[in-house]
Amino acid sequence: MNRRRFVNLFLGGSFIGTAVSFLYPLVRYLIPPRQSEAAAKRILAAKAGELAPNSAKFFRFGSTAAVLVNTSDGQLRAFSAVCTHLTCTVRYEGDTGTLFCPCHNGRFDLAGNVISGPPPRPLEAYEVEVSGGDIYVSRKG
Amino acid sequence: MSSWRKKIEGYIEPRFQVSAIRDFARKKKVPEHRHSFWYFFGGICLFLFLLQVVTGILLLLYYTPSVDAAHESVQFIMSQVKFGWLVRSVHSWTANILVGFLFIHMFSAFFLKAYRPPRELTWITGFLLLVLFLAFGFSGYLLPWNELSFFATRVGTDIAGVIPWVGKALKTFILGGPEVSGATLTRFFWLHVAVLPAFALLIMGVHILLVQTLGMSKPIGTGETKEISFFPEFILRDSLAWLLILAAIGAICVFLPWEAGPKADPFASTPLGIKPEWYFTFMFTTLKLVPAHIFSIEGEVLAVMGFLLGGLFLMFVPLLDRRAAREKRSPVFTAIGLAVLVYIVLMTALTYLAPNIGK
Amino acid sequence: MALKPLLQEANRLSRLAPAALLILAAPLFLSAQKNSCIECHLAMDDALKAPAEGFSGDVHKQFGLGCQDCHGGNPAQDDVELAKDRSFKGSPQRAKIPEFCGSCHANSEIMRRFNPNLRVDQLALYWTSRHGQLLKKGDTNGAVCTDCHGVHGIQPANFPKSPVFAWNIPQTCGRCHSNPDTMKAYGIPVQQVDDYKQSVHARALLEKKDLSAPVCNDCHGNHGAAPPEVTSIAFVCRQCHPSAGDLFSKSPHKEAFDSLGISECEVCHGNHRISPPSDELLAGGKQDVCIQCHEAGTGPHQTGLEIKKKIDDFVASSEAARSLLAAAEKRGVDVNEAQFKLQDATTALVLARNLTHGLSAAEIAAGLDEGGKALSEVKARGEAALQEARFRRSGLVIATVFILLLAAAVFLKIRDLKTSPKRPG
Repeated sequence: MNRRRFVNLFLGGSFIGTAVSFLYPLVRYLIPPRQSEAAAKRILAAKAGELAPNSAKFFRFGSTAAVLVNTSDGQLRAFSAVCTHLTCTVRYEGDTGTLFCPCHNGRFDLAGNVISGPPPRPLEAYEVEVSGGDIYVSRKG
Repeated sequence: MSSWRKKIEGYIEPRFQVSAIRDFARKKKVPEHRHSFWYFFGGICLFLFLLQVVTGILLLLYYTPSVDAAHESVQFIMSQVKFGWLVRSVHSWTANILVGFLFIHMFSAFFLKAYRPPRELTWITGFLLLVLFLAFGFSGYLLPWNELSFFATRVGTDIAGVIPWVGKALKTFILGGPEVSGATLTRFFWLHVAVLPAFALLIMGVHILLVQTLGMSKPIGTGETKEISFFPEFILRDSLAWLLILAAIGAICVFLPWEAGPKADPFASTPLGIKPEWYFTFMFTTLKLVPAHIFSIEGEVLAVMGFLLGGLFLMFVPLLDRRAAREKRSPVFTAIGLAVLVYIVLMTALTYLAPNIGK
Repeated sequence: MALKPLLQEANRLSRLAPAALLILAAPLFLSAQKNSCIECHLAMDDALKAPAEGFSGDVHKQFGLGCQDCHGGNPAQDDVELAKDRSFKGSPQRAKIPEFCGSCHANSEIMRRFNPNLRVDQLALYWTSRHGQLLKKGDTNGAVCTDCHGVHGIQPANFPKSPVFAWNIPQTCGRCHSNPDTMKAYGIPVQQVDDYKQSVHARALLEKKDLSAPVCNDCHGNHGAAPPEVTSIAFVCRQCHPSAGDLFSKSPHKEAFDSLGISECEVCHGNHRISPPSDELLAGGKQDVCIQCHEAGTGPHQTGLEIKKKIDDFVASSEAARSLLAAAEKRGVDVNEAQFKLQDATTALVLARNLTHGLSAAEIAAGLDEGGKALSEVKARGEAALQEARFRRSGLVIATVFILLLAAAVFLKIRDLKTSPKRPG
């Protein structure tokens, strides 16, 4: 082949190669990512009926631990599960109906207030919304 | 291969009747001389603008212009969307690079006196485009709603508020209220994705049409020169520049991705050392250095008026430079342009080398 | 007939009635407001004026009490001799002040009228305190009610400006207890307040305004103030730190400390100048407390070293994981899930640090192993994130290669056109 043809082929080929190397990221970009929305301000925590009364479910809210409590009289409450003392993860104690931190025996009532132990501040409370068969937890405000 | 071409041409010509344009394009020539490499900068600006449009449209897919979600959506783009980091970093870096090349393009046209008749309108539309792109940069900078952008916007609009008579009203209009808020964010978004692009396309259309119709201006006193064809020779050279710049931008974005920064907190105190983006810093530093009062007029007001007058001077230089209009050398205007360039470069450098200067 | 003018007259009179009543009642109002004590004393100077000035803000006044309710006398009388009638008690002697205040504050029938919630055992407690015992012996240097609560301007203890409000207490106690001259006679050291102010409790109370932090009276008692005995120090600390206390009680230290008669928490953590605990307090650390009793090289000290090593290793491991995530985040890769897992490791570490009170290396190791599992998961995710960052670099290389190839092709085309230009059209 003569020089001109070679140059033209080279031009065309490298153009296609460049276009493809651009097309791949473009297509990946357009495909919806797994987590469909930006930062969790609201999250589906559980399905209705998933939690028995006087039990709790722990879940991830954004990048912190959170807990959804179904009280013994059937009310749904949600809190940050990060103890305000030294950031251990609290546990739900069924027989006392309180949130208990095993690290230094801090104890919180189901309004998030400190009942006893070293925690200096109450647990941050979240809003609970039941919509259809889904229980949503969102940050207040 | 040429049979394909003939088939395509045979289809298009009766339907679009583009043969006149094709002939014009084929015949269009670009002069080649000592200073002709400056001709490429206009095309580079166009390429970078198109890059911004493409990346901007892609960002629009995932960005949310509300105080509660703007910052989060940018973080989302940076971390969750595949290649989101690349699209966003390209957009942020290219914005700065584009403004830089716009200044180079403007000053090269100035010193080559390309604004001489019959190209006055090309110059004026070009200057308007510079102002538009500075507005693009200013409005876009707020959209990630991080600490830097919030305070830089506040500082910038405070300067606008200094303009006598119209300053307060102008500032309120820009901000959508008395201070930087969610209303400002939506207003800047409106400007950035709708109003400014519309005007830019319109004025750019005029600008490019004029360049194509009038051809490239040659420096004063240049006689006949060698000429190359616009298509394909000039285009090929221009696209070589585009490709190299694209490769450079890619490398910059991989090694220096643009950060999301901390979310803006309107109630926090202004962080130390806050300043606007680099292309506004020459104005910013001037305002810091100007004395509080000059002949009982507030220094800041004087400085802002100075910028406005300077801008007007630049915009209307084709009408002011009578000697160039007569194809005579005009060293006075060259000197003025050089002074302006040196001033801008000096003030910009001073911002970063001596950040504690002035108030 | 004559009814109409009669009714008119009655109407006229009835309009006068309220005015008449007011005029008749005036003296009553005047006497209710009249307080000759305050009036006269306000006109005096310095020490005689102060009580009248201060009383306007006193909590007793808010409950409708006046000078005469404590001091007796008749405030309706302007003449000083008549005012200081037989009921007048004057100001009590210092040694009689507790009884003086106690005449109401130790009487539940009286206190019930004003605030049924208030305790009435302060006086009884006071007599058990060191201050009270000094007073019983006739030494009036000991603190009495007014020294801490003020006088003529007393605020309830839960009012932030009261000298007995939590964050004011160190200063109030310190008035005497930091004064070397006052304390010399009793041989009591005077650096407690200064020590306390450097403690983690003081930082919590005075800087972070955390009212749950302990201050002098929380450990020493307020009205029954006395230094806690050696055996009771541990109970005092256990009020807020029960888990550490439980662990300690189950450990071999409890028996040892009890038999030696040394106070539990105090030996390692101090009493007033309690610093935030750090890993350096463990065996082999810069502030090694074990060495106070256990010589280096002995079995117990070795166990201590073992425990510290496990904790140090875990801390190093967590730090490595944390910086891995930070590096990935810096390269723009999302690490939210991994940071969430890191929280589990942090919990394990806090638990392990508390477990040191139990002295069981095995238990600590078990807890840290749990945390270790979380850490390895975090590290895996961190590595994956860095991998993503590396993928980007290689992607860039590929794209750049293609772009440069295309640029080269364009360049060749330009040259090709220059050397043999295309035939026109």
